[in-house]
Amino acid sequence: MGRYIVRRLLWMIPMLFIVSVITFAFAHAVPGGPFNREKPLPAEIIANLEKYYGLDQPVWKQYVDWFGGIVTRLDFGPVYSSRSRRVNDIFADHLPVSAQLGILATLIAVGIGMPLGILAALKQNTFWDYLGMAGAIFGVSVPNIVLGPLMILIFALTLGWLPVAGWGTPAQMIMPALALGTGSAAVIARLTRASMLQVIREDYIRTARAKGLGERIVMVRHALKNALIPVATILGPMFAALITGTFIVELIFAIPGMGKYFITSITNRDYPVVMGAFMVWAVALILANIAVDITYAFLDPRIRFD
Amino acid sequence: MATLLQVKGLKTQFFTQDGIVSAVNGISYELNEGETLGIVGESGCGKSVSVLSLMRLIPSPPGRIVGGEGWFQGRDLLKMDNEEIRSVRGNKIAMIFQDPMTSLNPVLTINQQVSEALELHLGMDKKQSRKRSIELLELVQIPDAADRMDDYPHQFSGGMRQRVMIAMGLSCNPQLLIADEPTTALDVTIQAQIIELVKQLKDEIGMAVIWITHDMGVIAGLADRVNVMYAGYIIESADVKDLYADPRHPYTLGLLGSLPRLDAGPKEKLTPIEGLPPDLIDMDPGCPFAPRCKYAFDRCLEEMPPLETVARRHIAACWVDVTGGKR
Ligand SMILES: Nc1ncnc2c1ncn2[C@@H]1O[C@H](COP(=O)(O)OP(=O)(O)OP(=O)(O)O)[C@@H](O)[C@H]1O
Ligand SMILES: [Mg+2]
Repeated sequence: MGRYIVRRLLWMIPMLFIVSVITFAFAHAVPGGPFNREKPLPAEIIANLEKYYGLDQPVWKQYVDWFGGIVTRLDFGPVYSSRSRRVNDIFADHLPVSAQLGILATLIAVGIGMPLGILAALKQNTFWDYLGMAGAIFGVSVPNIVLGPLMILIFALTLGWLPVAGWGTPAQMIMPALALGTGSAAVIARLTRASMLQVIREDYIRTARAKGLGERIVMVRHALKNALIPVATILGPMFAALITGTFIVELIFAIPGMGKYFITSITNRDYPVVMGAFMVWAVALILANIAVDITYAFLDPRIRFD
Repeated sequence: MATLLQVKGLKTQFFTQDGIVSAVNGISYELNEGETLGIVGESGCGKSVSVLSLMRLIPSPPGRIVGGEGWFQGRDLLKMDNEEIRSVRGNKIAMIFQDPMTSLNPVLTINQQVSEALELHLGMDKKQSRKRSIELLELVQIPDAADRMDDYPHQFSGGMRQRVMIAMGLSCNPQLLIADEPTTALDVTIQAQIIELVKQLKDEIGMAVIWITHDMGVIAGLADRVNVMYAGYIIESADVKDLYADPRHPYTLGLLGSLPRLDAGPKEKLTPIEGLPPDLIDMDPGCPFAPRCKYAFDRCLEEMPPLETVARRHIAACWVDVTGGKR
């Protein structure tokens, strides 16, 4: 197991290399440069800026400097729109906020989605099942851009229970985390339900019942662990996406997270920020998937790593 | 010998979108203590459903026991509440299933799965149940039983898994073991070993056995009595030697005819029964076997023949007297 994890971690190196090449290529294929403004700057100022940031160098040299900086010094490069700050400063300011929000949203997604899915499966084709699945369809289909303002309208403006926006206090975190987690909770609920319904038709569930076990033990001990195996699969990418920043929720609730800054950087063509954010997301995704594989091994003894 | 199980008019149906599937159509039989009953018949004739009904393990919906009684030690299994039937399952009546590959839980260890019933029904603690589980695995001749307790099912071969299933079934010393085609999924040598094992254990423990199969050959060496089922009916029932020596239903003749005979000359071909079993939805009146039966005449298509005593301890449901029918 330990060796497996080390091997997976080593595999990250070539994967991140490929991601970096693709990211870099895309960033540089986009027309327009960071210093193209609506009111054009004088040519010599642009030339000076480009020289300052090394943009006059051949593209391969730019890539090597950028990727080399990340690999050797964990330095994601400069920020074009602000001379005093570097991408690392941006990350230090904004990533923890997004991560915090993402972790809360994931906890909500799992904490609501799984029990709901299990309940719906156990009460299949009853009122509770229909209610739960109607809720799940609502959760999947109502986009954050609607859900967020709706929540603000109800819980902040009408009921006055929660602050409208901002980030820092627990009260400020509730609505954004709920808004962000609802969609994922719905996905998890539906998958958990489907998986449970599949598992409770398996022969070994009949065997468990034939032993005289009570329905609760049959469900908890015999069905649940099997049913969660497919659910674990989607948690990896879901978690990676949620913690690396989500533009809409951050915008609606005025949260100083990475998502909002990321979009601003795209419009400003602030490539190092965009590329850096991609790299961080890739790392998060790979690590989350490794975590999922470890979870697999825990859930399913048939899976062995060597 | 005292009667252990008395089934009266058991009737089970599945209420599906396509219609009502009449899987078991009012069957009655008795089983004495320590006796072995074989239930034979082609695939889909209701063998599994008939015993699952007694265990109250019919998936519901769509299935429902619509009538009948199942008297076991003075109590009707079909009228018990959930609590009562659970105290019987795995305790007084144990069941083993066809496919050992899918009948064990892949994510639980052998110890966890064998110990469960011991802790539930006999109130053992973890240490006692583990010790007893090792003994049980040794009883079913699993080599190095103690070392294999914490293995998972996928680390066992099919035959070994079926032994684990048997150990699980025997764990609480049941009075009745129901084996639903326990060897069908195994290859022939393993099959013979498992049959031998059950025979031996049955004599040691003195339990009654219901052994379901569609293989007449297996039944011959194992059962005391045989119920032949067709389309949810018992169409013939007799002591095993009488059934082989003097079959009275054309379907039984057919089943025996499709059995390879050791004394058959090399040129004698096997004669499988032609045609397919009927659809159990909207069954026609009359004998369900009539469309495939070479003895059938008008009456067979109109009226289901009742089960009648044709010899001592021998009943059959046929309008035709096929005594001495050519096999
Ligand atoms: N869950 C179900 N829903 C609908 N019909 C069912 C269900 N389970 C069984 N049946 C029907 O009941 C009938 C009897 O099935 P059963 O499993 O008892 O057959 P069997 O004699 O055990 O056959 P096999 O030798 O293949 O195990 C079949 O026609 C089958 O289609
Ligand atoms: Mg069957």
